[in-house]
Amino acid sequence: MQWRRMMALVSSLSLAVGLSCAQSKKEAQIVKTGAAAGTATIKGVVKFQGTPLKPRMISMKQDKKCDALHKGKPVPSDEFVLNSNGTLKWVLVYVKNPPKGNYKPPSKPVVLDQKGCHYTPHVFGIMVGQPLEIFNSDGFLHNVHFIGKKNPQFNQAHPTSAVKIRKQFKSPELPPDSYFKCDVHPWMKAWVGIFDHPFFTVSGDDGSFTISGLPAGTYEIEAWHEKLGKQTQKVTVKAGETKTITFTFKR
Amino acid sequence: MPTQKRVGRIEGVLLPLLLVVLVIVAAVTVAFARHFGWWLRPLASEHGAAIDRLFVITLVITGLVFILVQSLLALFVFRYRGENGRRAIFYPDNPRLEITWTVIPAVILTALIVSGGRLWSRIQLTPPPPDAFAVEVWGQQFKWAIRYPGKDGKFGRTDMRLIMGDNPLGIDTKDPASKDDIFFPAGEGELHIPVGKPVVIYLRSKDVIHSFYVPQFRVKQDAVPGMVTRIWFVPTKKGTFEIACAELCGQGHYTMRGVLIVEDEAKVREWLAQQSTVADLIP
Amino acid sequence: MAHEVHAYSEVHHEPKSFWTKYIFSQDAKIIGIQYLITAFVMGFIAMVLSWLMRLQLGFPGKAFPWLEKLLPNAAQGGILNQDFYLATVTMHGTIMIFFFITAAGTGGFSNFLIPLQIGARDMAFPFVNMLSYWVYLAACIVLVASFFVPGGPAGGGWTMYPPLSSTKEALMGSGWGATLWLIAMALFIVSTTMGSLNYITTVLNLRTRGMTMGRLPLTVWALFITAILGLLSFPVLFAAAVMLLLDRHLGTSFFTPYLVVSDKHIPHEGGNPILWQHLFWFLAHPEVYIAILPSMGITSEVLATNARKPIFGYRMMVASIAAIAFLSFIVWGHHMFVSGMNPMLGTAFMTTTLLIAVPSAIKTFNWLTTLWGGNLRFTTAMLFAIGFVSTFVTGGLTGIFLGNPPIDIQLHDTYFVVAHFHFVMGVSAVFGLFAGVYHWFPKMFGRMINETLGKLHFWLTFIGVYFVFFPMHYLGFLGVPRRYYAFDQYEFIPQALVHNINVVISIAAFLVGAAQLLFVLNFLWSVFKGPKADRNPWKANTLEWQAPSPPPHGNWGDELPVVYRWPYDYSVPGAPEDFIPQTVPPTPARVRGDGGDGGQQR
Repeated sequence: MQWRRMMALVSSLSLAVGLSCAQSKKEAQIVKTGAAAGTATIKGVVKFQGTPLKPRMISMKQDKKCDALHKGKPVPSDEFVLNSNGTLKWVLVYVKNPPKGNYKPPSKPVVLDQKGCHYTPHVFGIMVGQPLEIFNSDGFLHNVHFIGKKNPQFNQAHPTSAVKIRKQFKSPELPPDSYFKCDVHPWMKAWVGIFDHPFFTVSGDDGSFTISGLPAGTYEIEAWHEKLGKQTQKVTVKAGETKTITFTFKR
Repeated sequence: MPTQKRVGRIEGVLLPLLLVVLVIVAAVTVAFARHFGWWLRPLASEHGAAIDRLFVITLVITGLVFILVQSLLALFVFRYRGENGRRAIFYPDNPRLEITWTVIPAVILTALIVSGGRLWSRIQLTPPPPDAFAVEVWGQQFKWAIRYPGKDGKFGRTDMRLIMGDNPLGIDTKDPASKDDIFFPAGEGELHIPVGKPVVIYLRSKDVIHSFYVPQFRVKQDAVPGMVTRIWFVPTKKGTFEIACAELCGQGHYTMRGVLIVEDEAKVREWLAQQSTVADLIP
Repeated sequence: MAHEVHAYSEVHHEPKSFWTKYIFSQDAKIIGIQYLITAFVMGFIAMVLSWLMRLQLGFPGKAFPWLEKLLPNAAQGGILNQDFYLATVTMHGTIMIFFFITAAGTGGFSNFLIPLQIGARDMAFPFVNMLSYWVYLAACIVLVASFFVPGGPAGGGWTMYPPLSSTKEALMGSGWGATLWLIAMALFIVSTTMGSLNYITTVLNLRTRGMTMGRLPLTVWALFITAILGLLSFPVLFAAAVMLLLDRHLGTSFFTPYLVVSDKHIPHEGGNPILWQHLFWFLAHPEVYIAILPSMGITSEVLATNARKPIFGYRMMVASIAAIAFLSFIVWGHHMFVSGMNPMLGTAFMTTTLLIAVPSAIKTFNWLTTLWGGNLRFTTAMLFAIGFVSTFVTGGLTGIFLGNPPIDIQLHDTYFVVAHFHFVMGVSAVFGLFAGVYHWFPKMFGRMINETLGKLHFWLTFIGVYFVFFPMHYLGFLGVPRRYYAFDQYEFIPQALVHNINVVISIAAFLVGAAQLLFVLNFLWSVFKGPKADRNPWKANTLEWQAPSPPPHGNWGDELPVVYRWPYDYSVPGAPEDFIPQTVPPTPARVRGDGGDGGQQR
């Protein structure tokens, strides 16, 4: 079976490179380099057109400790981040109709950190069964409250940096249904896409994204932004091909 | 029957001594509490002065009774500590004495009831003046959300069922009165109120019971889900104050702090004019 | 009440097997001791919980690796977590108030003392009595079991205000924990109701010949009125607990309105959280007196016996108990001045609340006058009884602040309240219970308890509790709210000062707790090794001291005692000894002393 071959490649490569990367996105890149011979890659960029949303400034005055971390200055929200090249950060991009198969989740955990009274990363993807490690770099009380429709909710106080909270998800689920919030600091929010396949990623500081390791076929690629909604494109790729697409969110 | 060994040498001295130390320590620390900084936080509201006065009166009365009773207890324990062969006085009753210590507390308490009742009705039973500066404060685990009525002075209709993502207070955007409302989601805003003017605060809650407590204002009122409670007061000092939650509301109860800024009314209006309204924020 | 006068021992056989004699016993004395021991074990658990609480408050943020080993799920990194902190607060309050003080006071002492002091052979309904204990034990087990369920025990405070307690999304402990809390409380109420019915019936119907109501010892009066209070108020909480269970599990909306808890819509409709507070406090205020009245009765008895004087103003003492009991039903709103209840009601509740200080003042001055002119014998029980008067006054006076609504606005839910109720119904009620255990220990176990260890226990406890609770008044002045896990978020709280006060309180709390171990050791040692006790080691007048120590099954052998006088004939002028037991018939020839005739005729 194809997935077996692929996962064997992944694991041997991880060993060889000795990476300690925590992001599933990077796992996906490893898949790409290893599987370049027989599989296709979809690359792209998320652009923005129109009048940008006013960045919402969060005053943390109500919490002395958070406020002190930012020296009393309001902090821009992550909900709409426009990169300097006119692209959008924090867009979740994924294959809507993944190739059939039973994908083994990577054993490398995804890390969600609570730092400066913000969740880092603000948007991320994770595979079903893949470990999630939640850090508290702030070292004072947060509570990790996961809200979802298909996965059971959990709400756990996280008072100290000495403890890592470990979780796993059972069912695939997409934002806006699934997210993390902190009730102690209600402005804190992180969106999570939970997948039963490895074909997902999040746009970064240059608005670009890469999904690789796809077998030849026609795919629906979806991009989701928390304020601007969803867009879908159809792409057909051949074995070994790399295609470039562009999403453009307008407002 | 074997004779019971009469004891009392140590106890009859040590216990009175402890009680005397207690009385002295209590009296001194309470008398100098203000000096030590162990006292009520500095007052910053108009009605608070009367509360503080009643508090001091009660403190003096109860303090004197405390000193009297504990001292008598010490005295009697010391004076009548047991001796072999002595007989106690047979003294089962004295109606006159008992009536005395029924009537005196009753009179003192009646005075306290009357003064307390009058003050209570002044604070709680008098409606706020119609031109009072109004603001709505919502409790939510574990921060405060704020809503101002906007230019029209009217709060728009709300419905808990409308609460979602961008509309954390469930404001009904179809209600014209809601368009100019100014709101801050929980934890994100500051509460600005004018100095020297009656301020009325409507308290609501989205989830559990919270309590709006500003120690310097001598103000505390529960925010109860499903209903609106009200308090009003006149702040007398400019500055930054803190709202504390005074009703257990969950694991983050102790972090449920709000910031309250008292400044000149003109400044409050100016600040309000810079804030986004419902029309800007809710699509 | 002259039934069962003939050959009791021929008809009733004492149960012989260990099981029927000590475990499934229907003998009120054994049930009383079972109640006391279970209650003290529960009290010990609650005290350990208070240590955990004080560990957090005195040393916030300090990691204790041993704590993590002890509580791996509640103290990750060696620091007690917020959820478990609230659970300790809640369970400490619940256990102390209901499962320790109430159970020991009403269950323990009512069972041991009522039949003995009124000259009855047993309770009116011995089987119901046994059932009452076993249901209480079941309640204890259910409550303690909640430490081991997912989410941990209830954490909404001992008052369990909904929606915090009714909504599992709002709090970890509001899942399984709150359900078990409510079930435990319902069982507890069933137990108290069975107990109360029994105590009332027994006092009314089974008094021996000559034991008129006017000759009852004040302990029995206190326990009798406590039982009436319990019978009338506890069922209200039962109803409320059932309603809350329905809200939680069957989607009714008695107490729960439409909520949005952490983004989740919870579609209740139109419930009123304040209704719970009314129902809860309608029980819980009388409950305060249910907790304290038995201790008041014990104190009266112990003070009179050891001052070798009649209790001063017997009639007023009874009248003031009755007045307190009556008023206690119409003061509940003083817990709710700032709850959103109609402020008009505040005025009414203030009036009744402050009035309740009058009977309390009468009792205090009567106790003082009982000491005046006495020949005080400082047994351990006597020291605890005097300690009761001191702490009761300290705590009672602060009630005058809190009963006055304008002042309550400032002090409500601050440490001032914590100081107030710990002194007035925590410490003083426990002092009364200790006085009772030390006083009746010889009668319960037929052996004397070690007085030296007992006194050491008293000194450490008495000094300790003042160090623990008196400084809390100043925290209250400063406006420091209660039930806070830490105080570092607020600028209005002077950090260094409050921290130092908290360190002192915590250290004192650990020492007071350690001192209770002395009591446990002394108790266990004396039960087995203490010197044998006489029938009447304290030279007391009440009937139980005429029975052997410990009294046999049926208490009195073949003949019920006959009562000729009130229980407080101490130091009667002209009498050969300074006490005259209630069973001694009057001697017509004896010369009566000045003002002493009142005692003779009762």
